[in-house]
Amino acid sequence: MCGIVGLFTKTEALRPALGQHLSGMLVTLSDRGPDSAGLAIYGAERAGRIKITVQADDPARLSALDIPGAEIRVIDSHAVLTLPEEAAPEAEALLRATPGLRVMGAGTRIEIFKEVGRPADVSRRFGFDGMQGTHGIGHTRMATESAVTTDGAHPFSTGPDQCLVHNGSLSNHNSVRRRLARSGVTVSSENDSEVAAAYLTREMAAGKDLGQALTSALDDLDGFFTFVVGTRTGFGVLRDPVACKPAVMAETDDYVAFGSEYRALAALPGIETARVWEPEPAQVYFWEA
Amino acid sequence: MQRHDLATDDLRSLNAALQAQAAHTNQTEWEVLNPRGAHAIAVGLDAPIDVTVNGSTGYYCAGMNKQARIHVTGSAGPGVAENMMSGTVVIDGDASQYAGASGHGGLLVVRGNAASRCGISMKGIDIVVGGNVGHMSAFMAQKGSLVVCGDAGEALGDSLYEARLYVRGSVKSLGADCVEKEMRDHHRAELGRLLAAAGLDHDPGSFRRYGSARQLYHFHVDNAGAY
Repeated sequence: MCGIVGLFTKTEALRPALGQHLSGMLVTLSDRGPDSAGLAIYGAERAGRIKITVQADDPARLSALDIPGAEIRVIDSHAVLTLPEEAAPEAEALLRATPGLRVMGAGTRIEIFKEVGRPADVSRRFGFDGMQGTHGIGHTRMATESAVTTDGAHPFSTGPDQCLVHNGSLSNHNSVRRRLARSGVTVSSENDSEVAAAYLTREMAAGKDLGQALTSALDDLDGFFTFVVGTRTGFGVLRDPVACKPAVMAETDDYVAFGSEYRALAALPGIETARVWEPEPAQVYFWEA
Repeated sequence: MQRHDLATDDLRSLNAALQAQAAHTNQTEWEVLNPRGAHAIAVGLDAPIDVTVNGSTGYYCAGMNKQARIHVTGSAGPGVAENMMSGTVVIDGDASQYAGASGHGGLLVVRGNAASRCGISMKGIDIVVGGNVGHMSAFMAQKGSLVVCGDAGEALGDSLYEARLYVRGSVKSLGADCVEKEMRDHHRAELGRLLAAAGLDHDPGSFRRYGSARQLYHFHVDNAGAY
């Protein structure tokens, strides 16, 4: 199971209500994944600033964070730190090394919020409804390959402004994890989907664009998958060749939307006249702003 | 005309009302509004009634149908008309994976494309697809006919038994034990009947027929090494 939703805007029309649409889509798919839920949203960027999203089981830790030059916005168990680009690597390293804190993701635009719980509760806790941006990807999880924890919740971010959500299960994630480790990429959780995220990060770090990285994933990743992937300006979709995990897409002049089921898309503006289709197996789809 | 609006009425009451129709019901025309991708719409029907679903459906629409004529004006999610026994199901848009799976009888028409595994394990149902079908269609199909007016994906008719497959466009690849077969007069006649029933006017002569080579029916000693 698991449910995936994604929305990539091509015009301004949906951007002020992006979070509201994504939240509605996510809650609609609650019965595909009641264990945990999460959202990666690509909002406004500020020149020379990096955002780091960090999570703590004890939120008191977040308001007490002392990172020089950082503005801190606490939202439930998460905080978004905005700080000068040059200070970001050191701050991120410090946050990652601090027990009890988890870095969810970092970049100029990405913010990631994910927790254990039903999608409606997770959405309410973080206020998904009020979030704005150009694109976002959400996931509601029915756990299979690792435990029901914040670490096991999607989206996974393993590179700057990158995120991935996954419906399925990878069968060669341990060997890919070892290969990634040998090339200097460590995967922090036991989760198979995070391996896929790290794999794409490595491929893109080697110079591939999102489309090329997804194409190589078809050769290197084995198992069941429907992936939806975000980058700073891009949005990609890939299904494995057997394609037993469901996927529906819709496109209008204003947006591209992804849902595990049509239900998730049914409330989108203009869906009645949108081009709605099932993405082909083993075919890479991606859009860049 | 009986009208159920799923924006206000719940799905269980719709299905209960449809399932309660007797063979000689006077309530023969039903309309379902605002399906919005809901699952299991109009399942388990057993009466000669007409049901029009205005919009797109989710999983398992029209499953286990007997007698009823069900028309979906949008697209259908996975498993539409699964295990149909008789009646007719028409989808104006596309159908997701395993459309018409395991069906024993009746006619399923998909005017758009059907995704993977269309007609998997079909057991007597007839399926007419106006567009393309995805990979592994008619896998282990035992009886009935699958008509594809567009192209067929990989491994068509893998491990096929006695179902007949007619494809007008290209076939990406044939599955194990599926071969092209001669199109005889009675095949053209059958195909003509199915196309007419689906409201399509393609020339039966423009299709090619595929069926079982019947090499997997029995243990073959030459294959002993494979076990």
